[in-house]
Amino acid sequence: MVKFLILTAVVLLAPLLFTGGYLMNVLVFVGINTMLAVGLNLLLGFAGQISLGHAAFFGLGAYGSGILTATYAVNPWLAMLLSAGAVALLAFLVGFPILKLKGHYLAMATLGLGIIVYIVFNETVDLTGGPSGLSGIPNLSFWKLTFDNDFKNYYLIWGFTLLIMLLSINLVNSRIGRALRAIHDSEVAARVMGVNARLLKVQVFTLSALISAVAGSLYAHTMTFISPASFGFHFSIELVTMVIIGGLGSIYGSLLGAVLLTLLPELLRAFQDYDIIVYGLLLISMTMFMPGGLVKGIPAGIALLLPGRRRRGEHA
Amino acid sequence: MDISQQLLQYIVSGLSTGAIYALIGLGFAIIYNSTGIINFAQGEFVMLGAVLTLSFISALQLPLLLAVPLAIAATTVIGVIFERLTIRPLKNATPLSLVIITIGVSILLRGIVMLLWGKDTRALPAFSGNDPLSIAGATILPQHLWIFALTGLVIIANKLYFYYSISGKAMRACSFNRRAASLVGIDVKRMVLFSFMISAALGSMAGIIVAPLTMTAYDVGIMLGLKGFCAAIIGGMSSGLGTVIGGLILGTLESLGAGLISSGYKDAIAFIILLLLLFIRPQGLFKKGETERV
Amino acid sequence: MLTRVVRTTAVFLLLCLTTASAFAAAPIKIGAIFAITGPASFLGEPERNTAQMVVDEINKAGGVKGRQLQLVVYDSQGDATKAVQAATRLIKEDKVVAIVGPSTTGDTMAVIPIVEKANIPMISCAAGSKITDPLKKWVFKTAQNDALAVDRIYEHLKQNNISKVALLTVSDSFGSSGREQLKAQAASHGIQILSDDTYGPKDTDMTAQITKIRGSQAQAMICWGTNPGPAVIARNSKQLGLTIPIYMSHGVSSKKFIDLAGDAAEGIRLPSGRVLVADLLPNSDRQKKSLLAFVKDYQKHFKAEGDHFGGHAWDAVMLLKGAIERGGDSPAAIRDQLENSRNVAGVGGIFNYTPQDHAGLKKNAFVLVEVKKKDWVLLK
Repeated sequence: MVKFLILTAVVLLAPLLFTGGYLMNVLVFVGINTMLAVGLNLLLGFAGQISLGHAAFFGLGAYGSGILTATYAVNPWLAMLLSAGAVALLAFLVGFPILKLKGHYLAMATLGLGIIVYIVFNETVDLTGGPSGLSGIPNLSFWKLTFDNDFKNYYLIWGFTLLIMLLSINLVNSRIGRALRAIHDSEVAARVMGVNARLLKVQVFTLSALISAVAGSLYAHTMTFISPASFGFHFSIELVTMVIIGGLGSIYGSLLGAVLLTLLPELLRAFQDYDIIVYGLLLISMTMFMPGGLVKGIPAGIALLLPGRRRRGEHA
Repeated sequence: MDISQQLLQYIVSGLSTGAIYALIGLGFAIIYNSTGIINFAQGEFVMLGAVLTLSFISALQLPLLLAVPLAIAATTVIGVIFERLTIRPLKNATPLSLVIITIGVSILLRGIVMLLWGKDTRALPAFSGNDPLSIAGATILPQHLWIFALTGLVIIANKLYFYYSISGKAMRACSFNRRAASLVGIDVKRMVLFSFMISAALGSMAGIIVAPLTMTAYDVGIMLGLKGFCAAIIGGMSSGLGTVIGGLILGTLESLGAGLISSGYKDAIAFIILLLLLFIRPQGLFKKGETERV
Repeated sequence: MLTRVVRTTAVFLLLCLTTASAFAAAPIKIGAIFAITGPASFLGEPERNTAQMVVDEINKAGGVKGRQLQLVVYDSQGDATKAVQAATRLIKEDKVVAIVGPSTTGDTMAVIPIVEKANIPMISCAAGSKITDPLKKWVFKTAQNDALAVDRIYEHLKQNNISKVALLTVSDSFGSSGREQLKAQAASHGIQILSDDTYGPKDTDMTAQITKIRGSQAQAMICWGTNPGPAVIARNSKQLGLTIPIYMSHGVSSKKFIDLAGDAAEGIRLPSGRVLVADLLPNSDRQKKSLLAFVKDYQKHFKAEGDHFGGHAWDAVMLLKGAIERGGDSPAAIRDQLENSRNVAGVGGIFNYTPQDHAGLKKNAFVLVEVKKKDWVLLK
C-alpha cells in the first residue's frame, strides 16, 4: 500500500516539475500505455494466457467512443460506458472458444482476431473513415471543466490509470488472484482444487479487454483523431513487449515497461534511422539478460553494485 | 469470360501463392518441431534471400545462377549466427521469452536491411521470361512453374531426409521427446542448429523464387511470415506434406475469397478460416488429436 | 603592464565575438514532420531530402532577410499518433514558427487540430482534398488535390468514349482518398463505376481482383495506389491478358514505377506533376525553369531522380521563404503572407493561395502522360 501511495504522490506532483512543455504530452501517452499494459498483464502475467491481439480491444474502445461521439453526438461519458460494455460483451463471447486453446495456438488465434478487427476498421469506411481516420472527436468534459490540453489530460488519464492499478493490485492479492496464479502454474491442478478454470480465464480475458477499451476511449478523446494504423499488429506486439520487459506478474512492472517503451522512441530520436536497430537490440538483450523483467532486474542490478551490503547480509 | 474460367484462374493463382506460404510454413514447422520455438523471424529469412540475391547481382555483378546459391548460403549463415547468439545460450527461457526474442531478431534484421539496402522496392528478373502460359483458359507465368517445381522438390527432399536419413530421423526424435532423444545419444544442440539452417535455407529459397513476381523490399517478411505461420498451423505443424497442403488451402481460399466475396476483406477471410479451424480442430487438419500428460 | 593589456584586449575581443554571434541573429526555426520510415517512406524520404537540400541552399545564399533557416525534422513513421507527438514537440519544445508536412493525409488530419489551436501555420505535403476543404485558417497544402487528378482522368476517359470503369484502389489513406474522389465525381462526368475493389498496401498478388475485372463489362481500369502495388497490378494484368486501358494515379509518377513493372508498364496512363516530363515541356511553360533546376539539384545531391514527391517539400519551403521575406517571421505574419502568395512557379504547379483557397493549384497542375517504350510521353 505504501508503494502505491508513493506512486500516487509522484504522479500528482510530477507535472509541477515539468511545467507544461512536450514531456507532458509524452506522459499522457505513458499513462494510456500503462493502463493497457496492466490490463494485459492480468491476462498474460497472472493467468498465463498469451494474447497477441490486444490492440484490437484498444481500437474497438477508441472507435466505439469516437463514432458515437463524433458521428452521433452521444455524451462522451455515456459513449465510453456503452463502448466498454460492448467490448466486454464481445470479449466474453469470443473468450469461451478462444481460451480453450493453449500456447502458440492461442497466440495465433489472438493474432488472427487482432488482424481481423484491424481490417474491419480499415474497410468500413462509411463508419470509421477508413484508413484516413476519424476526426472531430470531442474532448471529455466534466461540468465546466473541458480536458483540452496536455496538463488537464495528464490528470484525467493518470486518475484512471491509478484507479485501475489499485483495482488490479487488490485483485491480484485476493482469492481470485491466487486462483489465477494457480491456473498459470497448472490448469489441471487448479481444476482439481475446485477452481472453475474455464470461467475464470474468460472473466480475466473480459476484464483485460474492458480495461483496454476504456483506455481506447480515453485515447480517442485525448487525440481527437484516430486511425486504424495505431491499432494494428505492431502495437499488439509493443504491448506484449511492455509487459514482458516490465516483468510478468507484476503490476508495477507493467508501469515500468510502459514508461520505458513509451519514452524509448523519444530517447532514440537522436539515433534517427538507427533507432529500429537499437530497439531490436534492446528487446533481445533485455529478454536474454533480464528475463524477470525490469522489476526483478533493477533490484538485482543494484544488489550487484553494492557488494558491501550483500556481504554484510550474508554474515548476518 | 465465363465463371468457370474465372474460377479456374482464381484456383490456379491461389495455388501458386499457397505454394509460397507452404514453403515458409515448412520453415516454421521444422524449427518448432525440434525446439518448440515459434520463430517470428522466419519471414525475415524469406526477405533476406531475395534481398541478398539482388545485392549480389548489383554489387558484385554476379550472374543470377551464382547469386542465388550464394544468397541461400548467406541466409543460412545468418540463421546459424541467430541460433548461436540468441537461442543456444538460453537454457530455461519461457516460450514467451523466446517469442519476444525472435520478434526482436526480426526487428533487428529488418532494421539492418533497411539501413544497408534502403527502403526501395526492387524487382528481381524472372528466371525464364515473362510470357504468360495458358492452361485450360487460366494463365500463369513461367515463374509459377518454378514455384510449383521447387515445392515438389522440397516435399520429396523433406520426406527423404526426415524418414530415411539418420540426422533427419534424429531430428524427428527430438521433436517427439527431447530428453529421450538425448538419452539415446542424439546431440540435441546440433539438431537445433540443423533445424535453423534448414529453415533459413527454405525461407530464403521461397523468397528468391517469388521475388520476380512480387518484387522485394526490406519489409516483405512481415505478412509473408504470418501467412506462412497460418499455413503451418492449418497443417498441424507437420514438417512435410501437411503444412504444404495447409499452405495451398490457405492460398486458394484467399484467392477465391478475394475474387468472389470481397477483395478488401481478403486477409480477414484467411484469418477467419484459421480461427474457425482452431476452434473446431486445433490440431490442424492432418494430425490426430494430441494428448498431454499433466 | 603588457600582460594586462593583452588580457584586457583578449576579454574585449571575446566580448565582441560573443555579442557579434548574438547579433548574428538567431536562426528561424522551421519544423518538419515526414514519414521517413514506415509504409509511407517513399513519400517521406524524398521530402525530407528535398526540404533539407532547399534549406541548405537558402542558407548558403545568405538566408532569409539575413537570418539562417534551421530545419527541425521528426519522423512520423506514417503513424498518426507519432505525427501528433512530433507536432506537439515542434511547437512546445522547439518553438518553430511554421511546420512543413506531414507526408500523408492521415497524419495531416491528426495534426490539424494541434496547429489550429497553437496558431502555427502548416503546409502539408499530402494529397487529400479534405485537408483544405473545408478551409482551415492555419493549414495549407502543396501536393495537388487528388480531386484534380480524378478530374483529369475522367475527362480523358470521356474524350475516348469510355463510360464504364472498374476501380482498384489501395486500402491506405492515399487510396481511400482517391477512391472517395473517384466515386464523388463519377456521376457529374457521366462515368459508371461497375466494380469497386481494393488491395492491401503489402499485397503481392492481385490476380483475383483483375480476373474479376477481366470478366466484367468494364471498358477501363483505374488503379489508385503507390509503389509497389501498381507495379504488381501492371504485371498481373499483362499475365492475365487484360486488354482494356489502364489508368493509374499520380502516386506512381516516377521512373521507379517503370523499373518495377518492366514491359508491363507499356501503355499505362496517369496524371502527373510536370516534374516527370520536365524536359519534354515547351520552353514557354512557366514551370520549366524551376523544374529543371530541381531535377538537376536533387540528382547532384542524392544521385537519384528528383521526383514528384520531393517536389511537394520544395514548394512548401519555397512558399515559406517567400512569406517570411514579405512579412517577417512571426507565425501570424507568415500565415497572412502565405495567403498572399501569387503565381509562384513551383514544382507541383503554379501556386495561388487566397483567403478562400489554401490548396493553390488548378487542374492544369497535372499533365496526362503515358508510358511508351519505358519512358514517359505527354498526352493530350
